[in-house]
Formats: sequence, structure tokens, C-alpha cells
Amino acid sequence: MSEPAPPVLEKQRVRQVNLMSFVEQAVQVAEIAETLQVAETLQAVEALQVAETAETVQVAEIADATEIAKAAETVVSAKLHTENLDLFYGNFQALHKVNLAIPPLSITAFIGPSGCGKTTLLKTFNRMNDLVEGCRIEGDVLLDGDEIYGNMDVNHLRKRVGMVFQKPNPFPMSVYDNIAFGPRTHGIRRKGDLDEIVERSLRDAALFDELKDRLRHNALGLSGGQQQRLCIARALAAGPEVLLMDEPTSALDPASTAHIEELAIKLAERYTIVIVTHNMQQAARISDRTAFFLLGEIVECDTTAKIFSKPGDSRTEDYIRGRFG
Amino acid sequence: MRLIHDGASGPTALKPAPATAGAATTAGAAGAAAAGAAVRRTARVRRRATHRSVRDHILHALPCLAALLTAALIGFLIIYILVMGIPHISPDLFSITYNSVNVSLMPALINTVLMTLLALAFAVPIGLGGAIFLAEYARRGNRLVGLIRIAADTLAGVPSIVYGLFGLLFFVTMLGWRMSLLAGACTLAIMILPLIISTAEEALRAVPDAWREGSFGLGAGRLRTVGRILLPSALPGILAGVILGIGRIVGESAALIYTAGTATSLPTSLFDSTRTLSVHMYVLASEGLHLEKTYATAVVLLLLVLLINTASVVLARRLSRKVRNV
Amino acid sequence: MQKSAGALRERLAFIAFATAATLCVVAVLLICAFLLINGLPTLLREGPFAFIGNTTWQPATDTYGIFSMVVGSLYVTAGALVLGVPLGLLTAIYLSRFAKARTKRLLQPAVELLAGIPSVVYGFFGLVVIVPLIRQLFKVQGMGILAASIVLGIMILPTIIAVSKAALDAVPSSYYEGALALGASHERCVFSIIVPAALSGVVASVILGVGRAIGETMAVVMVVGNQVRMPVGIFEGVRTMTANIVLEMGYAADLHRQALIATALVLLIFILVINLLFSLLRKKARG
Repeated sequence: MSEPAPPVLEKQRVRQVNLMSFVEQAVQVAEIAETLQVAETLQAVEALQVAETAETVQVAEIADATEIAKAAETVVSAKLHTENLDLFYGNFQALHKVNLAIPPLSITAFIGPSGCGKTTLLKTFNRMNDLVEGCRIEGDVLLDGDEIYGNMDVNHLRKRVGMVFQKPNPFPMSVYDNIAFGPRTHGIRRKGDLDEIVERSLRDAALFDELKDRLRHNALGLSGGQQQRLCIARALAAGPEVLLMDEPTSALDPASTAHIEELAIKLAERYTIVIVTHNMQQAARISDRTAFFLLGEIVECDTTAKIFSKPGDSRTEDYIRGRFG
Repeated sequence: MRLIHDGASGPTALKPAPATAGAATTAGAAGAAAAGAAVRRTARVRRRATHRSVRDHILHALPCLAALLTAALIGFLIIYILVMGIPHISPDLFSITYNSVNVSLMPALINTVLMTLLALAFAVPIGLGGAIFLAEYARRGNRLVGLIRIAADTLAGVPSIVYGLFGLLFFVTMLGWRMSLLAGACTLAIMILPLIISTAEEALRAVPDAWREGSFGLGAGRLRTVGRILLPSALPGILAGVILGIGRIVGESAALIYTAGTATSLPTSLFDSTRTLSVHMYVLASEGLHLEKTYATAVVLLLLVLLINTASVVLARRLSRKVRNV
Repeated sequence: MQKSAGALRERLAFIAFATAATLCVVAVLLICAFLLINGLPTLLREGPFAFIGNTTWQPATDTYGIFSMVVGSLYVTAGALVLGVPLGLLTAIYLSRFAKARTKRLLQPAVELLAGIPSVVYGFFGLVVIVPLIRQLFKVQGMGILAASIVLGIMILPTIIAVSKAALDAVPSSYYEGALALGASHERCVFSIIVPAALSGVVASVILGVGRAIGETMAVVMVVGNQVRMPVGIFEGVRTMTANIVLEMGYAADLHRQALIATALVLLIFILVINLLFSLLRKKARG
């Protein structure tokens, strides 16, 4: 496998630093929480839980600050967060007691063998599972602390949590109309505004120069890689905070894959990205954190560096070793 | 037994012979590219073909003869009507008012258009709405869906005379619309409803799921997904169904005789009796007074219906090509 | 605010679509209800078995029995099947397993055209071609069971061909290859392996054909003679149930009218039974 390009490493390092400060913040929150035990605001109640978590952790004599921080982050500042999530398709349980926190402005990769629930979990974040008949959910899925399966408007949720699918799925209309579909759906009608959004989204997806003269052409005429980047641009145009990517490169050639990976790293500066991938090198190349799935459970979730260097669970190790040979 | 005999009687010099004469013909045709041996081989294949049992020959001849007869029937029917009718097409056949001298089909033709538009105005929104419900909204195992399917299947099989009788009892008599354009159009609308529903549902189901997911994933609601993504993509299929429906309306007579009546003049309101071209044709044929004009009318009706059905086939082809390319 | 407006629109759309779909069911219920309400009194007054079993139809004396017309419909339909099924099935076999691509491209649209021709045109064709032909060949009047059977036989061809061909095409090619590999000839494979494998589809096509033939009205009225009597020979005229309705509905009143509606009711029951058979068969073919 080729070495990651130096700029990529540089960006990763920058984001590693960001993450460290995120961890530090969480520690601070935990400390503040202890001092705020008597406060009665809603935040205080949350903080109390954090404090309790911290206390139990302390009781368990684990002094590691990052451990406390991990407990804290799950409650306070994770972008997406699941708690004891069970998901059923009819009688089949696809996810078992999933607890996961996804920090903002980072790339989280889901890895694991086929049919282990990666895509299923991904699709709970924008409720695409609603389309599957007999799908039932227990437990909590939170976006910025709000219950996704509560009384949140599904369409608004999907505007905030964009998705890129396994196979490029541009609509049978022009490039322009494809990208303008999201903004139009959410009420933007003025031509000037739309033009601006289309251009910005195409630039963000590094597609503008290739397609600026073909905006009125049918999107089905583009190459596979272009189609997938168009789908990313289309998702960006809706103005999301989170971008879910379901094996976005599995149908693409290596060159297009490299394109998309670069794009994902760049986008992580402004968006929270969750990516499902079968390709472990891809996870290692681009993600900050990696979650390993097996049979509907998360075996472990940690920084990518740790998962790939010294995983905490032997099953993770087996899987990674097996793949790396 | 026969096969053993076949194998034994074939010259041993023959190439590893395909086991049957039928297959040998195809294999022979394919192998004929090897130019030099082609002629000799064909001869051998033919000789082998004579070894086919009489039974095989009969079994081969039967379908061929049947197809020939079918083709001849179709050709004869259409050509006969055209040959007998075209010489009698004259300008006065198209005068704007009907009288017993010119036997004009023009009022009936205009009525047919009116009747078609009116019937479609009822049937298309309802049929399309029903199809959207079945394809996009109803969950599997929904009891209503089963009921609707049974209803649509039943409607599809009901003979047109029964529709006519129902129209007479319900629209003409009970609602008091008399024999009229409106009563006829409503009757026809019910008649073509199952056709519209089934073709539109099929067209909607042919739209790839990836587009649905893409649209939902961008936060579009179901209604917007249907309106902006699914209906435009399914349009050719839906149109093909509608055109097929038009064909049925134009060709229909039994359902109209007692609902729209047989008046020869143009209607001045929705509640005027009118005759469509098919009914006109029936009246002419059963009166038997104007044989030549009847032939000419038959030509016009036949061409009209053939045109409509061809349009439908062409549209449906275009749809299937589009779906295949995605 | 926006959310509730959107939700309301979705809700309204759902209700509109569901209503449209339900109208289909309503239409069937209305048709059945109206025929029952208007036809049942006569059926009960005469007694259902007497109404169907009695051969005397005399509106002048208020005597209504449709047995001769039921038999007439069955004769004409049977005649159509005798002529249409072998021809249609063999043509379907030809199209599915014997035809070259080019012939297929020509013949198939032609068969589809046949399906689109209006029944009055068929009736007229029967009137000006088939009836005179029978008259000359057999020195009889011409209008009758044979003429109607020929016309209907042609009319059900497209149905038989389309449905049978679809069934024949659907037979897995492994069956054919398997038989071929055992050394059977192409003809033998087709007739002893493929046709039996597609049998339920072929039967379904015949049932659909029966439905079309028994319900056909205008084409039959024009060539069948329309005499109310038990069939006396294939060259002689009879009257079918559909013809009865069309011929007399124009002037019928009161009991006579109800008797005609009851005729339609009987016809509808025939059709429903045929539909039921068809859907059972289709289900069996799928299962």
C-alpha cells in the first residue's frame, strides 16, 4: 500500500492536536462538574452525571485523565452519541447495546466484516432505517444532545446529517439540478442564492473546474468517480453538519478513491464525518477514530492509531492482523 | 431408440456431431464461417435432417404453420379493411355536421376526443394517485393493499357491457345525468382505472431505489420525492399506460351505447348525448345502409387505434431502454 | 412552523393518495351493489335456478329464463377456444422457441396490433367477410355460432399468445439444455419439456381468453344471429348473454329491465369465477 501523502499527514497531525484539545476540554468539564454539584440547571444535572461517572472512575482507581474525559465526552460534547442502542429487523437483532460517541469535526471510521451492523448504525444517524419495514429501535441516539428518534423532524434531521451512498446515485437530471435539489427542498428558491450554493458545493467537492461548463448536462453522463463527488457536493449543498459515507469508494477505481479520500480529509475541517469502509487501509489513512464492529456489537472504539497499533481486544487484533497479513 | 439409430447411421467421418438435427442446424449455421467446408457440411446437415423422425417434422411444421396463419389473418384483416375503405374516404365524410346523405364521421370524431379528454381527466388523477399509494406509501401486508389489488384485478376482468349497464343504472338513472357525455366519460373512467393503476404502479416500481434513498437522504419528504424524482422518471411508463387507456376508450362501444347514447350532433353541454367513432361505426354497420361509408369509417377508426397503440409501444420501449441504461 | 406545514402537506398527500386507491374498491363495490339491488329481485322472484335453467325468454308474457343464452355464450366461447387456443398456443411456441429474431420483430408487434383493434371493427369484419364466406361454403344463412366463434377466436389470439409466450419464455433454459444434452431433438425438447413446464401459464392464458370471449359484446351481436333458442347447429344462430343485454336494454322497462340486469349479474358471476381461477393459477405458478 502506498504511503499517505505528506499533506495528509500534516492535516492529520493538526486534527490530532484538535482532538487533544477536545479531550482537555472534556476533562475541564468534568472538573467543573464536581464544583457545580448543587446547581439545579439542566446542564448541571448532566454535569452531575459526568461527575458521578468521574467519581466511579476514581473509585475504580483509574487515574488516567483521558478515561475520565471519555466518560465526559459521551455526555457533553459529542456530535453523535448512542446509548444502549438496540436495533431489530423484525425478530433479528442487528445491533446490540451500542454505546458510541463521535466527536465533532473528525473522521470516524466503522470497520468490521460484512453484515456486522456498520451500515445499520450509520443509517440510524439520519433515520434511513425508517424506510426498512419492521425496523425497531431501543435506546438513545443523540445529535448534539437531542434525541434523533424523539420528535425531531426527520427531513430536517436529514438536512443536518447528509449521506453519501455506496453506489453513486445522481438523479436523472442536470448537474445543476442535482445539487440544487437539497437547497430547493429546504426552501431556497432565489436563482442567485442557488447559483452561489451550487458553485460553492462543487468547489468544496473539488469538482467545479471539471464541471463548470457542463452544469446543464445530464448527471448520468458523468464518470463513476465524478458521480460520487457530485453526490458529495449534493449532500454538502443541503448544508449538513454531519456527513455519513457508506462505503463511498467501493464502486470506484483507485484514482477516484484517492480523490474522495483527500476530499474527506479536507471536509473534516468543517464537517463531522462518519465513514463505513471495508478497506482497512482506507480507515487507517483517513480516520481519526475507528470503531470495530462484530456481530452487531462495537468491540472497541478508539483513536485510529491505537486501534491499529495496540488494540485492546484480541478480536480486533485478529481481524486487523488477518487483513494485514 | 431413434437416437441410437441416428448416431449409427451418420457417416463416421462426420465431425463430432451434435446429438440432434435441430442443434445441428444451429451449430452448422455457426460453423459455416469456416468457408471451405461450408457447402459440404450444409449438405450433410441436410441429409442428416432427413433422418429426423416424421414426428419431429410435424412438430416443427405445426408452430411454423400456426404463426404463418396468424400473420396471414392479421395481414388480411387489416389490408382488407384498408383496401375496401380507402377508396371511399371522401371530403364529405368529414363535414362538420352529420346527415343521412354525407354520413359524416366528423362529429363522432370530435366527440371521441372530448369523451377521451373527459374520461382521462377523471381516471388519470385517481389512477395515478392510487398507483402512488400502492407503490410508495402502502406498507407491505397492508390490508387495504390486498383489497385494492383484488378490486383492480376484478375491474380489469369485468366485460365492458357490464360497465355500460352500471353506468346506465348509476350515472344515467340514479344521478339523473341522462345519457350524456359526462355519464359516458365517468363509465369509461372506471373502465380504464385498473389499466392506469397497474401501468403507473409498474413504472414507479421500475425507478431505482437509489434515487429514493438519495432524495430522502437530502431531507426531501415523501411527497417531494414522488413529485420531483419518481414521477419524472416514471413518466414514459405512465404515459404508455395512459395512451393504452386512450386506445381502449377510442375502441369502446358496448359501455357507451347506454351511457352516452347515439346522438349524431355535437354536444353543447356535458349533459348532451353523443356518439363516439366506435359507436358510430356500430350503428352504421348494424343499419347496413351505407356499406361503403362504413368501410371508410372503419379505416379511420382502425388507423386511429393503431396509431395510438403504436405510440404506447414506442413510449414503453423508451422507458425500458432508459431503465436499462442506469 | 415549517415543520408542521410540511407534515400537514405530507398528511394531506397521504390521504389524497389513499382515497384515490380506495376509489377502486368503491367502484367494484358500487358495481356489485347496483347489479345486485337491481337484478336480485327478479332472480329471487323467478328463483335463481329457474331463471338460469328456464329456456323461455318472453318479455311479452313476463317470462324470463336465460338458459338458452347461457348455453349460447358457452357454445360460442367453446368454439372460440377450439379455434383460438391451438392457433394461439402454437404461434406462441413459434415466437418463443422457433422464430428467428427478425421474424419475431415483425410478428410480435403485429399480434400486439391485433389486441388494439376495436371490437366493432372485428364485428364488421365478421359481418362482411366471414358470414358471407360461411354462406357460400355451406349454403346456409351464415350468421351463427360458427361465425361468432371465428371472430372471437381471432379476438382472443393476442391474449393467448401474449400470456402463453410469457410463460414459455420464463421456463429456465437449464430444462431445455438438460433435455438437449440427453440427445432429444429441438422439437422434442420444446414439446415434451418446455410446454409442459409452462403449462400453468398456458392454462392461465386460456382462462383469460375465456373471460374475454364470454364478455365480448359488440362483435358477437353483429354476427351471432341473436335468435333466442337452444343451439341447433354450428351454422344456426343463438343469442349470448351479452347480446341479450345490448339488444333489449334500449327499450326494456320494469321487470324486463330487471331481468336484463339479472342477466348481467349472472355474467358477472361467471367472470368473477374465471378471475378467481386465473388468480389462483397465477399464485400457484409463482408459489
